Amino acid sequence: MTALLQHPGYEEERLQRVAEQLPCREVQAGLLLSLMGQPQQYSYPSIFIYGHRASGKSHVIYQTVGHYSSSLQLPHATVSCVECVSVALLFEQVLLSFFGCDAASLLPRSPSLSDFVRIYKQQCSQSPAKQTRYIVMEKAELLRDTDANLLPALLRLQELVEDNITVILLSEIAWDKFRPNTGCFEPLLLHFPDYSKGELQQILSQDRHPSYSAELYSSYINILLGVFYSVCRDLRELRHLAALNFSKFCEPLAEGKVKETDTHKLWRNIEPHLKKAMQTVYLREVSSLQWEQMQQMEEKETGALRGLSAHTHVELPYYSKFLLIAAYLASYNPARTDKRFFLKHHGKIRKTNFLKKNEKTSNHLLGPKPFPLDRLLAIFYSVVDSRVAPTASIFSQISSLVTLQLLTQVSHDDQLDAPKYKCAVSMDFICAISRTVNFDIVKYLYDFL
Amino acid sequence: DYFTDGCEGAENSEVRFKLCQDLWDKIKADTEVTCQIYSTCYTTGLIHFVCLAFPVSSVGVNVPDHDMTFQSLSELLQQSVTPHVASVQAKECGALKHLMKRVLERLMDTVVTVDDEEEEGEEADLKALKVLSSLCVFRNSSTGTPGKKRSSPAKDEQQQPPVVIIFKDLEAFNPRVLQDFILICSRYIERLPLMFIFGIATAPSTIQHMLPHSVSSLLCIELFQSLSCTQHLATVIDKLILTPKFPFKLNGKAMQVLISIFLYHDFSVRNFIKGIQLALLEHFHSQPLSVLCCRKKEALLHMTQLSHRDVERIRQLLSFKRYVEKQEQQEQVNLLKDDNHLKEVCQRLIKDLNKYHKNYYPVLRCLHTLTSSLPRYPLGKQIRELHLICLEKNVWENEDYQTAMKLLRMLAKDELITLLQRCAETLQSVKSKKMKNALVQLEELLTKFKQSKKLSPFEVLRNEALDFIDGLVRSYLSPPESQTLNEVCYYSSSATVRRHLNATPRTSIQAALSSPYYYLQNDNLKTEDGSVSNAAPDICIAYKLHLECGRLINLYDWLEAYATVVSAAEGNDPDSDNFGKVDEVKHARFIQAVSELEFLGFIKSTKQKTDHVARLTWGGC
Repeated sequence: MTALLQHPGYEEERLQRVAEQLPCREVQAGLLLSLMGQPQQYSYPSIFIYGHRASGKSHVIYQTVGHYSSSLQLPHATVSCVECVSVALLFEQVLLSFFGCDAASLLPRSPSLSDFVRIYKQQCSQSPAKQTRYIVMEKAELLRDTDANLLPALLRLQELVEDNITVILLSEIAWDKFRPNTGCFEPLLLHFPDYSKGELQQILSQDRHPSYSAELYSSYINILLGVFYSVCRDLRELRHLAALNFSKFCEPLAEGKVKETDTHKLWRNIEPHLKKAMQTVYLREVSSLQWEQMQQMEEKETGALRGLSAHTHVELPYYSKFLLIAAYLASYNPARTDKRFFLKHHGKIRKTNFLKKNEKTSNHLLGPKPFPLDRLLAIFYSVVDSRVAPTASIFSQISSLVTLQLLTQVSHDDQLDAPKYKCAVSMDFICAISRTVNFDIVKYLYDFL
Repeated sequence: DYFTDGCEGAENSEVRFKLCQDLWDKIKADTEVTCQIYSTCYTTGLIHFVCLAFPVSSVGVNVPDHDMTFQSLSELLQQSVTPHVASVQAKECGALKHLMKRVLERLMDTVVTVDDEEEEGEEADLKALKVLSSLCVFRNSSTGTPGKKRSSPAKDEQQQPPVVIIFKDLEAFNPRVLQDFILICSRYIERLPLMFIFGIATAPSTIQHMLPHSVSSLLCIELFQSLSCTQHLATVIDKLILTPKFPFKLNGKAMQVLISIFLYHDFSVRNFIKGIQLALLEHFHSQPLSVLCCRKKEALLHMTQLSHRDVERIRQLLSFKRYVEKQEQQEQVNLLKDDNHLKEVCQRLIKDLNKYHKNYYPVLRCLHTLTSSLPRYPLGKQIRELHLICLEKNVWENEDYQTAMKLLRMLAKDELITLLQRCAETLQSVKSKKMKNALVQLEELLTKFKQSKKLSPFEVLRNEALDFIDGLVRSYLSPPESQTLNEVCYYSSSATVRRHLNATPRTSIQAALSSPYYYLQNDNLKTEDGSVSNAAPDICIAYKLHLECGRLINLYDWLEAYATVVSAAEGNDPDSDNFGKVDEVKHARFIQAVSELEFLGFIKSTKQKTDHVARLTWGGC
C-alpha cells in the first residue's frame, strides 16, 4: 500500500521508516526529497509549502529533515514566526541551531540583516556545510508583517551567505498573497492538498486502542467520519473527537451486551452522543473530563452542565444597565430623533418626516454609530425612572462598561474632553437587559417605529 | 492620633477608638473567611487541566472585588497546588513582550534578578523565546536542584507542579497579544505544564469572540462559575448584620444607602464592607456614648465609669426622654437628678437592648422562611429586604405583612409543616430563654399538626400557628428606634455615609463657587443672603456673574460687570471716574477666571457669535 520512498544518498532503511510515519503523504514527501537532492548536493534556495491546517506540512518536514529518531536528521533550524517578535530572535535562533550559542552571542543589540549575513558567513567559513542546511519557518504568513527586506532576503539566502542552505517556508496561505510588489526570487511551490475521506479514515485508524481490535476501531472511525465529515475535515479536531468518544463507544462492549462484530448495535448506541458532541465539543468549550461527566449525568438527568455558549447571562448593576440601554439608543437612533423620543411634548411627527435619503436603510444593518458622552448622559437621565445624582460612580460605570467591552471608546484615550463611544452589544443582548429592568426598548428604537 | 482630633466628647475617645478597632478587626476576620469560602468553591480540581477558563461572571462592573478574589485564589494555589503562580492584568500587557516580561517577573520573582537588569533600557525588546526556554530551565532548576535560594519543595520530580498564569481581566486584553501568547505557549506545553486561568466578567463566550478556532482549539477549557455577587452580599450581610454578635448596628436609612450603592452602582462587596467600616468609624467618632457599644459585660462596666457629662448626654437622648416620660413622677425626678440611679436603670436598659437583639434576629429569620416562598414576595425575596422593612417601622402595620399573613393562612398542610419545621431549626440554635419557650410551643404545634387527620382541625391549628407567629413578630420585631438607648448601637447618619461614598464632583464644585466660605472658612466671605461677597476669589465672581447670562455670554459685558464688582471690593468710591475701569491687572485676572471656568466645563468658546462664549450649564438666575 505504501509506495516506498526511494532516493539515492539516504539509507534505504531510514527512508522506509520515514515512509511509515507519513501515511497518505508519500507523494509530497517524495517530491520534497527529490527537490532536496542528496545531502551533500546543493538544493533549491527556497521552497514554499502551503496547505490548509492539519494537512501534514510540519509533520512531513519534521519527519524528513527533523530531529526525530526516525527521521533523516539533516542539519536544520526550525523557527516559529509567532515567537519572533523581532528579527533578532529569528537570527539568534538560526545561528544557535547551526553554530551553537557562541555564534548567537556575536549578534549585536538590534541586529540588521547584514549583521546576520556577516556573522553567518564568518561562522560558515569556519565550519562549512557538508550537507544542505535547512531553515524551516513555520507560520510564514507572519513574515509579511516584518521588515520589507526580510522575506526577499530569506528567499535567496543561499546566494547571500554563499552556503549550501535552503529555506523552507510553511504557510496556510498561498504564495500569491506573499509576493512583495517590488518582486523577488520565486520559491518553488509545493501544495499539500486536504486529506480525502478515505485518507482521514486511514490516518485516524492508526491510533487504535491496544485493548480492542483494529477492525473495531476502524469501524468506529467510519461511524465518526459519517457524522462529522460533513462539518469538519480538520484532522486534529477529528482526532480529538475520536479520542473523546471512544470510551462511550466501547461501553456496551465492556458491559458485555454487544459483541464486537455487531456494528449496527454499536452504531445505534453511539450516534446520539456524537450528534450531541457536534453541538458543543467542536468549540472546545468543555474539557474532556467535563464531557465525560456530562455523559454520565445524561443518564440521570439531562442538561445539568452547559457549555460556554449557554452562559450568556451578564449581571450588571441597575444604573449600568440603563447606561447600556442609553448607549444602545444613542448608537442606533439618529441624533435628530432624540427630541421625538425623549421630550414630553414632541408633537406628532411621523417617521416619514424624518426620513432623509440615505436613511431608508435600517440603522441596525449599518451598525452602531459613535455618540458623544453628553448625549449618552442626556438619554440616560431621561430613560432612568428615578432622579439620579450625577455622581462620580455613574461616570466610573461608563469606563467599566468600556473595559468589559460592552461599550467601545471611539475617540483616543487621551481625549478627555467630550469622549465618544459606540455601543458594542447585540439587539438580543440589550433586549434581555431591558427586560430585567422593565424597559420596553423597542418602543424607543427608530428602526422599529 | 487623628481619631481624637475634633472628636465629640474627647475624654473617653481612646476607649472608643480601641473598641472601634477591635470591632473592625473582627469584621475583617469574618469577611475574610467568607471571601475564602467564596473563592475556594472553584479552586478544587484545578490541577488536571492544561488550561482552564475561570469566568467570574458575577463581578460585573468596576472590578474591585476581582482583585480580592484573585488574590486569595493565587494564595490558595500557591499553598496547595504549585509555587509558580503569576497573575497579570491587561493594562500592564500592551504588547506581547510586555506580557512575557510580566509573566517571567512574577514567576521568578526574586530568583532571577539578573535578567531584569539585562532587560533595562533598550533591551526591553524582550526575547520571547529566551523567556520561555529560560522558564523551562528555571523550572527544572527549582524543582530539581534543592541548592537554590528558595528552598524548593521536596516533591516528586515526576509530578511537576504546573505553572499557573492568571489573566485577571480577559476582556481588556488585546486579542492579538493573547493569541500569540497562547500559540507560543502551546509549543512548550510538552516541556512545561502550563495552565491559564482567565477571569471573565461578562459571558464565557467572550473566549470564542477573542480567540479564533485555531487558537481556542489548543486550549482545553473548563468553566468555573463563581457565586453571583448578590449571593455573596447575602452571606456577608448574614455574617455581619443579621447577628447579635456585633454590637454595632446600622439603622434603616444608612443600611438602605449602602445597599443601594451596591445594587445601583458597583456590585462590589468590598465597597459595601468599606461602607460599613466608614459608618463604624463615624459612629465611634461622633457619638460619645458609643463607649457603651460593646459586649454586655464591658458595656455594664463602662456604664459604671461614665462621667457626669456622659450621663447628661444620656438624658438628652431621644429614646431616653421617651422612656422617662413614661415613668411615674417620683421616678422621673430620680432619673433626672440622681446620676447613680440613672446608671443602675441604664444597666438594666442595656441588658434589655441586648435581649432585644438576641430575640430580633431569630424571629426575623423565621418570618423570612415563612414569607420568602410566597407568590410575588410581598415581604421581599431576600432577608435584607425584610430586615429593612422591620428597621423602618412596625412590620405588622405594613400592608404587605397583612397580605403575606393572608397568603400564609391559605397554605397547604405539608407546605406549612415544612416551613414551620425550618423555623424550629432556626430557633434551635438560639440560646435566649424566650426563644426556647417559643421553640417548645412551636414544636408542640408541629406535633399537633402531624396528629390531626381531618381537615377542620387543621384549619384551626393553622390559624393557631400563624397567630403564634404573629405574636412573635409583634413582640420581637419592633423597630430598634422604639428601644431605649438604641442610639448607643445604631448609626443613623445616612447623609454622611452617602456624602462620603457617593462622590458628586459637580455639586462640590458648584458649592465651592457659589459659597466659597464653605471651603475657605474666611469670615470676610460670609454673606447673609447666600449671594457672593465682593471679596470672593475672582473665579467665584465670574461664576456668579455668568449665572445671570443666557446661553451665549458677551465677553465684554462680562468683563465690565466683573470690573465693577472688583472695584467695589477694593473700596473705590463709586462716584469717582476710575470706578469700574478696566486696567491691565483686572483684565488679566478676568481672563484667568474665564479660562478656569472653561477648564471646569462651565463655558466653551463658540463660533456662533464673535466675542461670545457659550454656557454649558442650565439654571442659575
